[in-house]
Amino acid sequence: MLLSELPRRVSARVESVRDARADDAVGRRLRELGFVAGESVQVVSTGPFGGDPLVIEVGDTRFALRRAEAARISVRVPTGTGPGRGDTEDASQ
Amino acid sequence: MNAVVVGAQVDPLRIALVGNPNSGKTALFNRLTGSRQKVANYAGVTVERKEGMLTTPKGRQVQVLDLPGTYSLIATSPDEAITRDLCLGRIVGEALPDLLVCVVDATNLRLHLRFVLELKRLDRPMVVALNMVDVAARRGVVVDRAELESRLGIPVIETIAVHRRGAGELLERLDRVVPANATDTMLDFPAEPSDGLHDEVRGILRAAVRTPPNAHALDDRIDRVVLHPVLGLAMLAVLLFLMFQAVFAWATPIMGGIESLIGSLGAAVASALPAGLLQSLLVDGFIAGLGSVLVFLPQILILFLFILALEESGYLPRAAFLLDRLMVGAGMSGRSFIPLLSSFACAIPGIMAARTIGDPRDRLVTILVAPLMTCSARLPVYALLIGAFIPQRTVWGIFNLQGATLFGLYVAGIASALGVAYAMKWLRRDRTREHALMMELPSYRVPHLRDLAIGLYERGMIFLKRVGGVILVLTVLLWFLASFPAPPEGAVGPPIHYSFAGQLGQALQHVFAPIGFNWEISIALVPGMAAREVAVGALATVYSLSATDADAAVQLAPVIASQWSMATAFSLLAWFVFAPQCLSTLATIKRETNSWRVVLGATAYLFALAYLASFITYRIALALT
Repeated sequence: MLLSELPRRVSARVESVRDARADDAVGRRLRELGFVAGESVQVVSTGPFGGDPLVIEVGDTRFALRRAEAARISVRVPTGTGPGRGDTEDASQ
Repeated sequence: MNAVVVGAQVDPLRIALVGNPNSGKTALFNRLTGSRQKVANYAGVTVERKEGMLTTPKGRQVQVLDLPGTYSLIATSPDEAITRDLCLGRIVGEALPDLLVCVVDATNLRLHLRFVLELKRLDRPMVVALNMVDVAARRGVVVDRAELESRLGIPVIETIAVHRRGAGELLERLDRVVPANATDTMLDFPAEPSDGLHDEVRGILRAAVRTPPNAHALDDRIDRVVLHPVLGLAMLAVLLFLMFQAVFAWATPIMGGIESLIGSLGAAVASALPAGLLQSLLVDGFIAGLGSVLVFLPQILILFLFILALEESGYLPRAAFLLDRLMVGAGMSGRSFIPLLSSFACAIPGIMAARTIGDPRDRLVTILVAPLMTCSARLPVYALLIGAFIPQRTVWGIFNLQGATLFGLYVAGIASALGVAYAMKWLRRDRTREHALMMELPSYRVPHLRDLAIGLYERGMIFLKRVGGVILVLTVLLWFLASFPAPPEGAVGPPIHYSFAGQLGQALQHVFAPIGFNWEISIALVPGMAAREVAVGALATVYSLSATDADAAVQLAPVIASQWSMATAFSLLAWFVFAPQCLSTLATIKRETNSWRVVLGATAYLFALAYLASFITYRIALALT
């Protein structure tokens, strides 16, 4: 599913960032910010007006992304994980 | 012998601090250089160039450059482009640094190490400053420094920017750096794709860093309130209310003090010098002009103290997040919030703060509407007109009618800014390019007093130097226009009537008659171009009152209350909501956009709006009274 569709406080993993066009600066920057395959990600909060933008936690950092930016990122919810902050730290153990 | 002589004459070692935004880079810069800093611009662009000097324990002079924070060498904003070009030696007049100090936040290595690896490919002399190791330790983050060093292949030095001795090891290290001779080389951009860097970072983290699962628990707890749709907005409203309360309540006694100080300085000079041109130039031109600048300093400093503290604490990006949707609806971005907020003190720092907006169109719109926010220079004018025409009465039980009118004028400014931004968005009707947000919400930090003080000093000096200079020159120029030529023998009426300014005002009267301005107002608008509040003093001069700025309003109020119609007063209020009555703002727009077209466009649209608003206000008020 797309990150923009992920419910709040559900832990997921990034699958990929899709470029909206050739040489998409936004897509490239998202990858640089840590939205790369396998990284843990969750929606922390949504904006008070119309649910936009979103606060996304990826790795150890929080970013505000507009829905159009979050819709470039496809994610997968690991089976058997409910809402909550668990399952976020893998690489640093 | 020879070596010693040569050693004493070599240029200082040049180092550059680079790193991600929020790595504590500027705090480390402040720790290294203290007050030995110079802030300027890179040639031709509005990117701040911060340079400082330090002396190592062995007495070596080192020049430190604080480069704009960047996530990657593939730049997406002018700031990031400067960092990239400087690291590659591509800026004319800027030599390649002898050493890159890449600053990383020990609590956010997953993000920050990627940039270290990217920089490493440039193959330049480099060290990593592992910053905020104290915070990391408190959160239970354990970094195996030796392992990190061997995996990165770069020396790693621990720093704590907020501690007195926190940069000691880095300073000692600088004594051992051998200056590179490649000062005029230009490096090629690394050709390899940087997609694999994150995998490399993960490998390094696995080997060298242990992060407990709850390392960011405190941030999360605070964010649950701050980012909450209801609680978060309520908190923002309370913060803004407190801030404005402080700006207007705390500053008043200090402003009064400055005014009386300038007043007595003027009186002292006036009594020391014989009456005549020199006395008039010094007292009415120079000292009055100085006073009109200095009097706003307390408000600007208090406002900036709040903004700096909110910025250092990590709150401002959160406020921008909360308001983003509203600002997008009006054709701006959440990031426009900070510049517009600053514009309540003065549009000049506001327009300068728009540099933080990466998207050039969002930035332009923000710059263009910033002058519509009610800056503190409008207050004396508003105070005069409200005091003279609005009765001191309580309405609906709790509201003071004068206060409510002032509030209404503030709202009119905000509403018109949103309206103008929306109109520009509608006029562009261009959906081809996306305005990205992608804004980091950094960890919360307790603002450090030393960094606040340095930031405040820096901005205060920018205001005094850049703005003060312009206002001072213009005030003296306007003094000239208002004093020459002298009135003819046996003239009746105030001397200003016969001056260049008076002639100009009388010519302008034909333009302003349809919106209800008499010739006195038209004349006062001419010196009012230097800075809005000067208009009050000018009105006093025109009405032949000998008064300083401070009590001009008190004596002027009954005079204009009896001579002007209510419609004229309201028309003038409407004029001041919109009119670009401040040349320093226009000068700042020129500096920041580097385009006369934008300046002309801004001037034209603001004058057109002012005229239109005054015309409508005047006609409605005439019909109703």
